[in-house]
Amino acid sequence: MLSLVAARLALGLVSLLLVSLAIFAITSLLPGDAAEELLGQYATRETVAGLRASLGLDLPAHLRYLAWLKGLATGDFGRSLASNMPVAQLIGSRLPNSLMLAAATAAVSVPIALTIGITAAMYRGSAYDRTVSMLTLSVVSVPEFLVATAAVIVFAVQLRWLSALSTTADITSVAQFFRVFALPVFALCCVIVAQMVRMTRAAIIDQLRAPYVEMAVLKGVGPLRVVLHHALPNAIGPIANAVALSLSYLLGGVIIVETIFNYPGVAKLMVDGVAQRDLPVVQACAMLFCAAYLVLVTTADIIAILSNPRLRHP
Amino acid sequence: MIRRLSPAGLLGLLILAFWVAMAVFGAAVAPHAAGRIVDMEVFLPVSADYPLGTDYLGRDMLSRVLHGTRYTVGVALGAALIASGSGLMLGMCAAVWGGMVDGAISRALDTLISIPSKMFALVVVAAFGSSVPVLILMAGIIYTPGAYRIARSLAVSVNAQDFVTVARARGEGTLYLVRAEILPNIIGPVLADFGLRFVYIVLLLAGMSFLGLGVQPPNADWGSLVRENMAGLHEAAPAVLMPAFAIASLTIGVNLAIDVLGGGRREGDGH
Amino acid sequence: MSAPLLEVRNLEVRARNAAGQEVPIVRDASFTLAKGEVLALIGESGSGKTTIALALLGYAKPGCRIAGGSIRLGETDVLGLSKSALRDFRGRRVSYVAQSAAASFNPSLTIMAQVTEMAMLHGIGSAAEAEKRAIALFRALALPDPTRIGARYPHQVSGGQLQRLMAAMALIAEPELVVLDEPTTALDVTTQIEVLRAFKQVVKGSGVSAVYVSHDLAVVAQMADRILVLRNGEMQEIGPTGEILAAPKHPYTQSLLAAAAPTPRGAAAAPEAPPLLEVRGLTAGYGRIDAQGNPTLPVLRDIDFTIRRGSSLGVIGESGSGKSTLARVIAGLLPAARGEVMLDGAALPPALARRTPAQLRRIQLVFQSADTALNPRASVASILGRPIEFFHGVKGAARDARVKRLLDLVQLPASVADRQPGALSGGQKQRVNLARALAAEPDLILCDEVTSALDTVVGAAILDLMDGLRRELGLSTMFISHDLHTVRSVCDEVMVLYAGERVEAGSRRAIQEAPWHPYTNLLISSVPELRQGWLERRGSVRGPEAAAGARPACAFFARCGLAMPGLCDVTPPPRRTLAKAAEILCHRDEAALMQASIPAGP
Repeated sequence: MLSLVAARLALGLVSLLLVSLAIFAITSLLPGDAAEELLGQYATRETVAGLRASLGLDLPAHLRYLAWLKGLATGDFGRSLASNMPVAQLIGSRLPNSLMLAAATAAVSVPIALTIGITAAMYRGSAYDRTVSMLTLSVVSVPEFLVATAAVIVFAVQLRWLSALSTTADITSVAQFFRVFALPVFALCCVIVAQMVRMTRAAIIDQLRAPYVEMAVLKGVGPLRVVLHHALPNAIGPIANAVALSLSYLLGGVIIVETIFNYPGVAKLMVDGVAQRDLPVVQACAMLFCAAYLVLVTTADIIAILSNPRLRHP
Repeated sequence: MIRRLSPAGLLGLLILAFWVAMAVFGAAVAPHAAGRIVDMEVFLPVSADYPLGTDYLGRDMLSRVLHGTRYTVGVALGAALIASGSGLMLGMCAAVWGGMVDGAISRALDTLISIPSKMFALVVVAAFGSSVPVLILMAGIIYTPGAYRIARSLAVSVNAQDFVTVARARGEGTLYLVRAEILPNIIGPVLADFGLRFVYIVLLLAGMSFLGLGVQPPNADWGSLVRENMAGLHEAAPAVLMPAFAIASLTIGVNLAIDVLGGGRREGDGH
Repeated sequence: MSAPLLEVRNLEVRARNAAGQEVPIVRDASFTLAKGEVLALIGESGSGKTTIALALLGYAKPGCRIAGGSIRLGETDVLGLSKSALRDFRGRRVSYVAQSAAASFNPSLTIMAQVTEMAMLHGIGSAAEAEKRAIALFRALALPDPTRIGARYPHQVSGGQLQRLMAAMALIAEPELVVLDEPTTALDVTTQIEVLRAFKQVVKGSGVSAVYVSHDLAVVAQMADRILVLRNGEMQEIGPTGEILAAPKHPYTQSLLAAAAPTPRGAAAAPEAPPLLEVRGLTAGYGRIDAQGNPTLPVLRDIDFTIRRGSSLGVIGESGSGKSTLARVIAGLLPAARGEVMLDGAALPPALARRTPAQLRRIQLVFQSADTALNPRASVASILGRPIEFFHGVKGAARDARVKRLLDLVQLPASVADRQPGALSGGQKQRVNLARALAAEPDLILCDEVTSALDTVVGAAILDLMDGLRRELGLSTMFISHDLHTVRSVCDEVMVLYAGERVEAGSRRAIQEAPWHPYTNLLISSVPELRQGWLERRGSVRGPEAAAGARPACAFFARCGLAMPGLCDVTPPPRRTLAKAAEILCHRDEAALMQASIPAGP
C-alpha cells in the first residue's frame, strides 16, 4: 500500500512537471516576445536585441524552459513586465489574502455540504431531497457571477447589511472581518456547496444500491446506522474526491469573486496580468493554481487508497 | 430514446429551441441595431418600449441580448462539438485498440485535465489574445479530456462485451467495430454528455467575457453584457441581471433537456 | 403436527414493469411450515421464489410491493408490523442468507463486526458473549481457524467460507426461521458440497426452521423435507421431497425432473474420422513472455488434444481452470505463447490479425450469456446478415433468404428477424447466438458455457438442438462447461482442466468409469444426485482447503486426498495411460486410484 501511495505522489510530481511544460509551451508559442512587447512602437532592431539578451530570450526554447523551471524551484519567478517588480514579491503580498478567503470558504462549505449531501442521500426521493437536487442543479447551472451579483444586490444594495467591496486593510474587529468576508465567502460557498452536495449524495446513493446494504436492512439495521456505519466507510474515497474536486473549483471561482469584490488576491493579480499580457506573472500564478489543484487531487486519491480495505488489509 | 416526455424535459427542449432560433434569427427580429443608442436615460427599468430596459449607454437591452445570442450559443456550440467529437473519436479508438495507444492518449489527456479549466483559458488568452476562433478552439481543447474519459469508459465496457469479441474474432476492422457495434450502444450517454459540455463551455466563456477576456467589443456575448453594465449593479438595473438570467435559462434548459435523453452521467465530473 | 410456525396465506406481490404498470409477480401463494422443518421453494428464473422468500422478512425489492395476503410467524402478523417493529423482527426472528456472500458482506468492516452486529442490535448479551457464540458457530460450520477468522475482512477469505460465514451471521441471534436464497449457486461444485454439508449440520443441529430457495432439484433433494414448485409466480405443486421426486403429479414438475436427469445425446463420431483440430503443447497466459515461451501469468500449460471431424469435445473445469481462455486461444483472440494449433493439418497463426478470412470462417465462437453476446441495438436480421455478407459476400434478397433459412435451422419463426435482442426470451437469444455462428458455415464451433445462464428446461432444449445440428451439418464442437452432466450428455470425448493443466482426457465412456484422476474423482463425486440421502452417504474425499503460497509441482497437491508429500509437490506428475483408454497426470498408479474411487451414480 505504501508503494501505491508513493507511486501516486510520484505521479503527482510528474503531472506538475508536464503541466509546467504545457504552460511554458503555450506562453512561448507566439512569434512576438516580451522584448518587442515591452518596447512597443519605439523598438529598434538594436534595442530589441539588447533587451532580448538581457532577458535571456535569445536562448533556444528548451534552455529558456529549464531556466524558468530552475527559477520556479528556487523561488525566483522573474520580473513583472508591467510593474518591473519581482513576481515573487507581487504574489507574496497577495497570497495571504487569497489563502484566507479559501480557508474561510472551505471551513464553511465542507461541513455544510457533507451534512446536506448525506442527509439528502438518506432521505432520497423525499421532498427534502428533491428540493436539494433542484436548488443545487440550479446553482451549478448558472454562472458564478450571477450568484455573486445577486448576493450583492440582496445583501449590500437592498438590505445594506454588508459591504460590496472587500479590502483587508481596515480589518480591526471580528465584526469588520465578518462584514468584509461575508459576501465573497457566501458567493463562493453557494457554488462549491452545490457541487459538493451533488457529488456526495451520488457517492452515498451509489453505495446504498450495493447488495450489502440490502443485507444490512434484512438484518434489521435502521436507516441512520445503514448510512453512517455501513455505507459511509465505503464512500470515503468518492467523497474525498468530491471534496477535492469541489475545492479545486474554488481556484476558478475565486477569480470571478475576487474581481467582483475587488478583493486583492492572487487571482485578481493574474486576471490583471492577462489583461496586460504580463506573461511572467501569468505563468507564475498559473503554476501556483495548478500546483494547488494537483495537491488537492493527489490528496483525495491517497485518501481513497488509504480507505480501501483491500489495500489496507492485503 | 425519447420515450416519455416529462413536462420539465419538454420545457427544457422548448427553451433550447428558442435560443438556438435566436442565435440564427436574433439579429433579424431584434427591434433595434445592437449599437444604437435609443434613449438618453441609462439603466432604465423594464418598460413597454424597452422590455429589458436600457444599458449603460442608453441602448435597448433586448436587442443587445438578442444580438449577443449568436456569440454565446454559437461559440459554445462550436467548442462543444470540437470537445465531444474529438473526445468520442479518441475514446473509441483507445477502447478498441487498447494497450499502448490507450495508455498514450490517456496519459496525454490526463496532463490537460490537471490544469483547471479557467487557468488554462487565462493562460491561452494571455498568450494568444481572445478572438472568436481562439475562444472556440481553446474551450474545445479544455473540455476534450472530460468528453474523452466518458466516451472511453463507455466504449471500454461495450468493447468488453461478447458481441464485440465475436465481431473481432470474425476479423472485422476497427471502423466496423466502432461504427456498427460500439457507437450505437453509447450514443445516448454521449449525447447527454455533449449537452453537459455545452453547459460547462457556456459558463466558462461567460466567465471569461465577464472578466473582459472573452468576446471583445464592439461584439458582445451575454457575459460581456453583464460586465459592461456592472455600474448598474448598485441600482439593481435589469441591464445587469437580464443577460445573466438569459445564461441561466439556457444552461438550466439544456440540463432539463438532458434528462429527456436519459442516462447522462452528471455527477463526478466537475467543471 | 402442532400449530405451524409459519403460515403464509394468499400472498400477492406486485412490481412495476417498464411501462409503469403494476403487475403481480407472485399470486395467491399459501403454505405453512412446522417448527424444525425445511421447505424448499423451487422454480426457474421469474418464478417468484426469491420474492416470496424476501416477503417472509416483510421486505420487497425496490419497485415491488407486497399487495395482499398475510404472513404469520408464531403469533406475529409480519405484514402488519410497524417500521421499527419490523427492524426488531428481522434478524431476531427471521434471518436471511443471500446468494452472493461476496457482495452481501460489507467490504469495509471485519467479519466479526458483521456477524455479531445483529446480536448487538437486538440487545442479546454482551459483545464478548456474541463473539463466543460466533466462534462456536464458525466451528460448527467447519470453518478453518475459527478463533481468528472473524478478525479478517471479507476479501481475505474464500467464497465458500464467506457463504458459511453468512450462515453464522444469520444464526447468531437464534432466529426461529432462516431463509436461504440460492446460497450455493455462485460456488464451484466441489466447494458447494462442503457448504451444503455445513448448512445441513447446523440447521438440523439447532432445530431452526428453514426456507431454502433454489433452482437445483438435486441440491434441494439433499436439504429439504418438503418442496414447493413455483412457476411464473404461481404455486404448481407442494409435497414431501420423496413424493415430489418419485411421483410428481404436476406436468411442470415432471418436465423439471426430466430436464435435470442426464440424457445421453448423439452417437460417437466414427473413431477413424480424420482430425479437424489438433492442439500440441499449448501454453498461454497474460503478461510478458520469457525466453522459454512462458508468460508471466500462465493460464494454460502444455495442453494437447485432438478434435476429430464431426465429433464433440467437452472441456470441464471450475472457475479459473483456464477453460474459457482455451477457446480464446483457439479463436486467436489471445495468441498462444508456445505450442501449435492445427486446422486440417495446417498450422494456424497464433494471432487473429495474421489469420486468413477462410481460417477465421471455419472456427466460430458461441458465448455463454446471450445477453452480452448480441448487440442490443441491432436487429436479428442484421446480426445474422453481417457474417453472411462478411464471409460469403452475399447481399440483398439472397442474404435475407439465408437469414430466414438460418432462423428455420435453429427453430425460430421468421418474424423474429425484425426484432432486437431485448424483445427475445433467453432461449430465443441463445438460438440467435447459435445461428450467427452457423451463418459463417464453420467446421468447428467453440461453445463457452452456452447453457449455464439458462433455466434447466430451456437449456436442455438448446442442447437437443445443438446435437441435431451437429449431426445434420457434420459440425465439430468444443463444449466448455463447469457442469459434468451437460458435458457427459453431449460430448464424445472429455477433457478435464485443473489450474490450466489437462489432468484427464478420454472418451465419454472412459469418464464414466473408475479409476479417475483424483480431481476428476472429486468433481464426479461432488455433483449432487437426484435422490435423498446422497449427501449423507457421500464420504469426504476432499483434502485440506487450498493453501496459498508457491505452486507445487502438481497443481492439485494441496487439495488432493492421495497426495504424497515429498513427491507430488516436488516432481511434476507423469502422464499415465489408464486401462479405460484415458490419459491422466498423476504419480499414483491405477490400482491406488481405483481403490480411492467412489463409484459414480447410475
